Amino acid sequence: MRTLPSRKWVAVLVALAILIPLLHPVMPDLVSNYRLFLVSTMIIASIAVLGLNLLTGFNGQISLGHGAFYAVGAYTAAVLMDKLDCPYYLTLPAAAALSFVVGYLFGLPALKLEGHYLALATFALALAVPQILKYKWLEDLTGGVQGIVLLKPEVPFGLPLTEDQWLYYYCLIVMLILYWAAANMLNSRSGRAMMAIRDYPIAAGAMGINTARYKTVTFGISAAYTGIAGALSASAVAFVAPDSFGFFLSIKFLIGLVVGGVGSLTGSVIGGIFYVLVDNSAQALSTFVKNDLGLQFDLSAYTIFGILLIVLMYLMPTGIAGGLFAVIRRLRRS
Amino acid sequence: MAALLQVKGLKAYYGPTQSLYDVNFEIQTGGITTLLGANGAGKTTTLRAICNMVRTDGTVRFDGHDIRGKATEEIVRLRIAHVPEGRGTFTSLTVDENLRIAAYTRKDKAAVKAELERVFGYFPRLKERVQQQAGTLSGGEQQMLAIARALMLKPRLMLLDEPSFGLAPLIVLEIFRILKRINDEEKVSILLVEQNAALALDLASHAYVLETGRVVMSGPSEDVKNDDNIRKSYLGY
Amino acid sequence: MEQFLEQLASGLANGAIYACVALALVMIYVSTDHLNFAQGEMAMFSTYISWQLMQWGLHFWMAFVGAVVISFVMGVVIERVILRPLHNAPILSVVVVFIGLLAICNSMAGAIWSYLIKEYPSPFPKDAFGLAGVIGAHQLGVMLVTLIVLSLLFAFFRFTPLGLAMRAAAQNPQMARLVGVRVDWMLALGWGLAAAIGAVAGIMVAHIVYLDPNMMGGILLYAFAAALLGGIGNPGGAVAGGFIMGVLENMVAYTGNQIEKLTGVYIIGNGEKLTVALIVVIFVLTLKPAGLFGRVVVKRV
Repeated sequence: MRTLPSRKWVAVLVALAILIPLLHPVMPDLVSNYRLFLVSTMIIASIAVLGLNLLTGFNGQISLGHGAFYAVGAYTAAVLMDKLDCPYYLTLPAAAALSFVVGYLFGLPALKLEGHYLALATFALALAVPQILKYKWLEDLTGGVQGIVLLKPEVPFGLPLTEDQWLYYYCLIVMLILYWAAANMLNSRSGRAMMAIRDYPIAAGAMGINTARYKTVTFGISAAYTGIAGALSASAVAFVAPDSFGFFLSIKFLIGLVVGGVGSLTGSVIGGIFYVLVDNSAQALSTFVKNDLGLQFDLSAYTIFGILLIVLMYLMPTGIAGGLFAVIRRLRRS
Repeated sequence: MAALLQVKGLKAYYGPTQSLYDVNFEIQTGGITTLLGANGAGKTTTLRAICNMVRTDGTVRFDGHDIRGKATEEIVRLRIAHVPEGRGTFTSLTVDENLRIAAYTRKDKAAVKAELERVFGYFPRLKERVQQQAGTLSGGEQQMLAIARALMLKPRLMLLDEPSFGLAPLIVLEIFRILKRINDEEKVSILLVEQNAALALDLASHAYVLETGRVVMSGPSEDVKNDDNIRKSYLGY
Repeated sequence: MEQFLEQLASGLANGAIYACVALALVMIYVSTDHLNFAQGEMAMFSTYISWQLMQWGLHFWMAFVGAVVISFVMGVVIERVILRPLHNAPILSVVVVFIGLLAICNSMAGAIWSYLIKEYPSPFPKDAFGLAGVIGAHQLGVMLVTLIVLSLLFAFFRFTPLGLAMRAAAQNPQMARLVGVRVDWMLALGWGLAAAIGAVAGIMVAHIVYLDPNMMGGILLYAFAAALLGGIGNPGGAVAGGFIMGVLENMVAYTGNQIEKLTGVYIIGNGEKLTVALIVVIFVLTLKPAGLFGRVVVKRV
């Protein structure tokens, strides 16, 4: 299945992504700092969703607990920056490495689990994360319930950019590298092996694919991707606290996965953009429901997410990306 | 007199694969009919198709009513009992519970108790093991249980899929004798799928022979038994 | 010693709640092969319904019965409308739908009744019973109600034709159809019962943990651990597992507190309860997947 639009489109989109934010000084209201920040969070979300997609979409291992790896990445970055004065860009490899290890370690027992049971194990992990982060012995490191306050990345080399513009480019560069790496991996023999394990788990083993190794390594890589996203978010939001990494974070990733498109790189981008958008619009939606529709009702983003999760399973199980590509294919044929 | 069961142009599919191509036969009320054929001929599929356990096309009429496409449990409630291959006893339930579950759909609760006694009359061995877990019964006893359970549905037509499978010859004879009694005394019409052609042709009055999803021969058992081809292919002499 | 007994008693009371939720989980698992991740939120929603009924003037037990009945109907509807069409869908789709249900129940509860923590009354008069200050009236009441509900369920499944039909449908749906059982409706009934049991659990625990949309998260995790511990396909095991987890939860915290008192070193305490459950879940899933009382199912290739 095609997971990326053609090279031409990618080039166009990347070019736009690079050029438009440069217009900030000229169009400060349209390309505002807030909007740049918002798009940065969308980019971070896309990376997180890609992480989940690598494991669940491309390798068939269901995870309801990717929020845990995001937390590992975020806290790694936060602690390094706070305690060791580590520069923000060096936190990324560290976060990636630690998240990879945690993911790989979780992937080992996960080898024995399938479907519902793996979902359950990751569900349990997601529920326990805030408590683990608040653990007394880690308090000195993690700052306990109050969390850690951080600084946003400084604009380097005296470039004429605002903090939010720089944050945006920083995230964009990371995202492009990560997506490029993922695309290459998925197109290679390893990628095909991953997907073979997803589609024909028993046959794959019989064909000589070292299923165990692929599954655990994929778990690690998937965790590393989401961990990098977490580390980026630590810099972007300039704050980490245990309660932001509860189960509902994993639900957001799931929404991104499902809405964007399971097993699709483009889908991961769409999914990330989507859940950030809905999350942010939730407040506006709630006000709309209360004031314009007159219902005494605190409409939350999660009601929308929940309904979407269910409806999409019936109407568009391949997500928006899948739907989009199907439409494009049909148009090409006619 | 209209046939009890009429099957015309029946096709059946397992997913995308077609298994029955054009099956035609009739069962008259009161008789025992047997469906013979080699492995893979489609005998089990035919029984499954009658009960809509596989995707079908064509016509299946029971007692004049069109039943093709109806839900399996609704077909059963029309008083067709299907004893599947492998017996299908509820292994974790007791003998008693296996029998009572068949009475679940019956409206006449009072008659059920009398029924149970009648059924134990045919299968005294089951009465001895009434509280035993069905999974611990021997193969023969499980087959008897499966038939007894089918009887509890008070069927007009009983479909039996390879009742002799995996059973010692003496037990098979005993079961077939009971089947004849059931046919005589309970007035239950029987459609018997069997690999053991000799036994089946002795029991049944009519026979159909299936080959790769089509009926290739039909007639009274005597004629089929004496047919040269049948003798060579299925009876071994 | 007294404190130990108190912890034990409270552990048993909590265990009764876990037993109920675990039983609901096992019931759905046995009949549909699915783990209902939304069980906790459904129970919470049912509890809010009972609260609302009481706000409208109903007496506690009337609200209890009302909420249980409404939950039963909700369970049947959810199975028939939302889950039935996903009968042959891939596991990911089903899991996603459960999470969707979870999200909807949770956010709707917050939307309708706000996220403010509410007090929830206990129907068990404080003076009427309670044992020597070791076990409170409510805790005793919870165990009593649980025992009654479990006994009723046991009797239902063991001695009634409908219960027998449901057992048969869960065990061998194909064969159940061949004896005329309407298997689809049996599944819906199973869901209804599970939802009803969940409602009982939620209503019983609300007084202890206070009513708030997030009250069932930890309880669900403990219930899953309990169900796994007892053998995921084993209803009796789920109940036993529930009591074991309840006592374990308290004993671990109690032991941790004692160690801290004696040595001044904090290893584990009340703040690690979910982590304990996580450890149990991982432990059972990887080392003893059949649980303590279940049977290992060998997958034929």
